[in-house]
Amino acid sequence: MTKKINPMVIATGVAVGLAALALTALGNPANMGFCIACFLRDIAGATRLHTAAAVQYVRPEIVGIVLGSTVMSLAGHEFRARAGSSPATRFILGAFVMIGALVFLGCPLRMVIRMGGGDLNAFVGLAGFFIGILIGIFFLKRGFSLKRSYEVAKSEGFVLPGAMAVLLLLVLTLPALFAFSEEGPGSKHAPALAAFGIALIVGALAQKSRLCMVGGMRDAVMFRDFNLLSGFAAIFATVLLGNIVLGWFNGFSTYLQPIAHASQLWNLLGMVLVGWGSVLLGGCPLRQLILAGEGNGDAAVTVLGMVVGAAFAHNFKLAGAAASLKDGVYAAGGVATTGKVAVLLGFAVLLVISLLNSTRKEAA
Amino acid sequence: MIDARGLSCPMPVVMVQKEVQKNAPQELTVRVDSMVCVENITRYAHLQGYEVQYTQDGGDFVLTLHK
Repeated sequence: MTKKINPMVIATGVAVGLAALALTALGNPANMGFCIACFLRDIAGATRLHTAAAVQYVRPEIVGIVLGSTVMSLAGHEFRARAGSSPATRFILGAFVMIGALVFLGCPLRMVIRMGGGDLNAFVGLAGFFIGILIGIFFLKRGFSLKRSYEVAKSEGFVLPGAMAVLLLLVLTLPALFAFSEEGPGSKHAPALAAFGIALIVGALAQKSRLCMVGGMRDAVMFRDFNLLSGFAAIFATVLLGNIVLGWFNGFSTYLQPIAHASQLWNLLGMVLVGWGSVLLGGCPLRQLILAGEGNGDAAVTVLGMVVGAAFAHNFKLAGAAASLKDGVYAAGGVATTGKVAVLLGFAVLLVISLLNSTRKEAA
Repeated sequence: MIDARGLSCPMPVVMVQKEVQKNAPQELTVRVDSMVCVENITRYAHLQGYEVQYTQDGGDFVLTLHK
């Protein structure tokens, strides 16, 4: 019998929260123990898809999450190579989800971690995320679907896990191939093997528990099902308590939060884009990594779309700039005009995708 | 019989929800192709007061919901 709330989801939420705290203690940036968007962006930088010097690093966390999911799904006989559910549309959605996340400065997982760190700007992001989810639900109820996926050759399912394994191998054996930040967020990282090991466990747990940041709110609103939302709450509670116990918590504030800006309209709208796009995709960026690890080729394409979106975000200066204090001079940070235009363009693209893929007929 | 094979989250549950809200059937059969869908539909069905059983059929799962 399936219980209303699976304790495994709460346990995974606690584990993710503890992992985030541990990774920060080991060297990751503050309030960024985990951030799927930021870490994919760092990988895009390390492979020179963009050249923003402050955000270039091959994050072993991404590799670990994907391979953790692969190992767990193989062990549980849940690895299935599937693809064919509107892959090009998913690529575009992935790119705009990434752009929204980088305008806000974090994926939904980092949003929760930032909330637990006392960053009030992230609560504004949460409001936007929720609004985006409601918009997505509106279209789901109108019959939105990216249609069916189908069984494909098993090798298709190993494309992203294989690429991740090769990436890890290359960075360990031929690091000179990659660009590495010497300052800024990309230069702050936990030791590679520790990060990989912790992420491997998180990936395995997230595969087993189906943890998803967008799924929690979506299911609560659509079905009064609070199973996945319990994981979201567990991450927040664990990170908040952990920050307090470790003496890192300085109260709730919008001012000068780590790698964050207080441009609230764009914190809100960036996360509207993320919430809406993630509902259309069927899961948050973390969930896309997990699905790709399970052999889902459509999720792999989505992840590639996110990497390209990250490259665009930095090549065209769409990403938000964090507030900073240098030599006593406060810079508020925020979002450049190009970033604002990109978010608005994202809404237009998501609206077109939502309308063109909605039908009141049953899915064929 | 609802055929929700190959559809990603949460479409299979949405299809079951639509049928339950429209026709309130005493019994409903749903075919899916992942354990995630089995879990999600089962949780929703329990919340709606249905008993759920499922069997494996090759790579598919066939759920039977009944009141």
